[in-house]
Amino acid sequence: MNKVVALAGVVIKELYRRKDVYVLFVLTALITLVIGSAKFFNDPKIVRYLVEICLLLIWVSAIVIAVGTAARQIPAECENRTIFPLLAKPVTRGQVIVGKFLGCWLACGITLVAFYLFLAIVRGSREQYWPLLHYFQALWLQWMCLGVIVAMVLFGSLIFSAPSANATICVIVIVGILLLGRHLNVVAFRQPKPLDLIVYSIYFFIPHLEWYDVRDMLVHDQPLINWLAILGATIYAAVYTATFLLLAWLRFRRKPLNA
Amino acid sequence: MDPILRIENLRVEFRSGNLRHNPKVALKGLNLAVQAGEIFGFIGPNGAGKTTTINVLLGFVNPTAGNAYLFGVNVREPIARQRIGYLPELTYYYKFLTVEELLRFYARIFGIPRREADKRIDQLLRLVELEAVRNRPIKTYSKGMQQRVGLAQALINNPELLILDEPTSGLDPIGRMKVREIIQRLKNEGKTVFFSSHELGEVETVCDRVGILHEGELCMIGRVSDLKAQFQTDLERIFLKIIGYQVHG
Repeated sequence: MNKVVALAGVVIKELYRRKDVYVLFVLTALITLVIGSAKFFNDPKIVRYLVEICLLLIWVSAIVIAVGTAARQIPAECENRTIFPLLAKPVTRGQVIVGKFLGCWLACGITLVAFYLFLAIVRGSREQYWPLLHYFQALWLQWMCLGVIVAMVLFGSLIFSAPSANATICVIVIVGILLLGRHLNVVAFRQPKPLDLIVYSIYFFIPHLEWYDVRDMLVHDQPLINWLAILGATIYAAVYTATFLLLAWLRFRRKPLNA
Repeated sequence: MDPILRIENLRVEFRSGNLRHNPKVALKGLNLAVQAGEIFGFIGPNGAGKTTTINVLLGFVNPTAGNAYLFGVNVREPIARQRIGYLPELTYYYKFLTVEELLRFYARIFGIPRREADKRIDQLLRLVELEAVRNRPIKTYSKGMQQRVGLAQALINNPELLILDEPTSGLDPIGRMKVREIIQRLKNEGKTVFFSSHELGEVETVCDRVGILHEGELCMIGRVSDLKAQFQTDLERIFLKIIGYQVHG
């Protein structure tokens, strides 16, 4: 476990020493702050729209950070050849994959905490309203969703040769699932046989990332989600994350690396 | 005494994407044993299979047939690499880290306790003369300094066996001398060194035994002094003769 944590530590260090991620982080935080503290039309209800925009921005930024970070981890190790001195140490390829995953996922978690903290402070100062448990549930579910995304992108990085191709394909798949995932069963119902079976199979096969998008709960002050449902969603994400990591390991464990 | 490094009937083939093409055979049943405390020079022309052998020993490439063992443990097991140090030909390190952070990271990979790691890092930075720049990112180092980072990381676990892949390649004469001094010092400490090199003069000076690899086969192995006595010439000429190169003029 110590080796995995050490590997994760290097990923996090790299992330906060890279300017592009830093810029994205600061930009999102700034926009959240500015939008959140501006007064539009003196309408008290406008805050909800602002919160919705801020949450959308947080989702987009978090996905960009997760995909951008995870997509280059293993390809960059191979391209910069840092993988050779690393694998010459008593570390398994499985530990490398888990370490990379943990680093990216923790980095996403830290970023999310900062984003939600900004949002909570801005909204709280405007509305004097502090739904802390709502924020916690939204943050937790988004973090679980990012776990699946990071694992999926890591797996993709071992399939596609170029990190840019992997990142583009992964973003298309993620956005596709987020926007269309919930409608696939309805689409399948309207299809003739055997196309309906194919669409149904896709519906049951893909990780339903859209379940983790609970922005409406925060925007419209809906009641808290049942904690059992949160637990179920956590297990569902853990299963998909583990599956993608297992696939990545199967792909990476026998891959010849020529120093 | 069991050898520290043992290679048995090692065969490595690389298949191209096209199934019609025959696989490229990099190693053809290599057998080799290196005893504890030896400095073994592994020499051969480009494409002879030296780096492929090192890649197998380090687990980067899986052999098509045969086995390799480090300290009696099959190289497929990561634990086989617990007591070795590896210095690649070129410097491949996380350039956003400082040398101290890099060494601490590798120390954690080896499971070295923090206090011991601190002591070891101080010693190594003194040895490779990087103490003054320990808090500067590696990307700001010169090539020679980066090569010294490589040496420090290879020694972080106080290895019993050091595998060096062309350690002096691209270094200036002072850098070469330093590497040679460090190898000699390791020999005096009773460490085993396995290194591949094109610098035959260096091999002749430093090594106890040499193995000459050509087209994936070990053509000659023996003590440097014995080979020189047998052929009545220097190592460079012995090498050229064995690989069948005709010297003109």
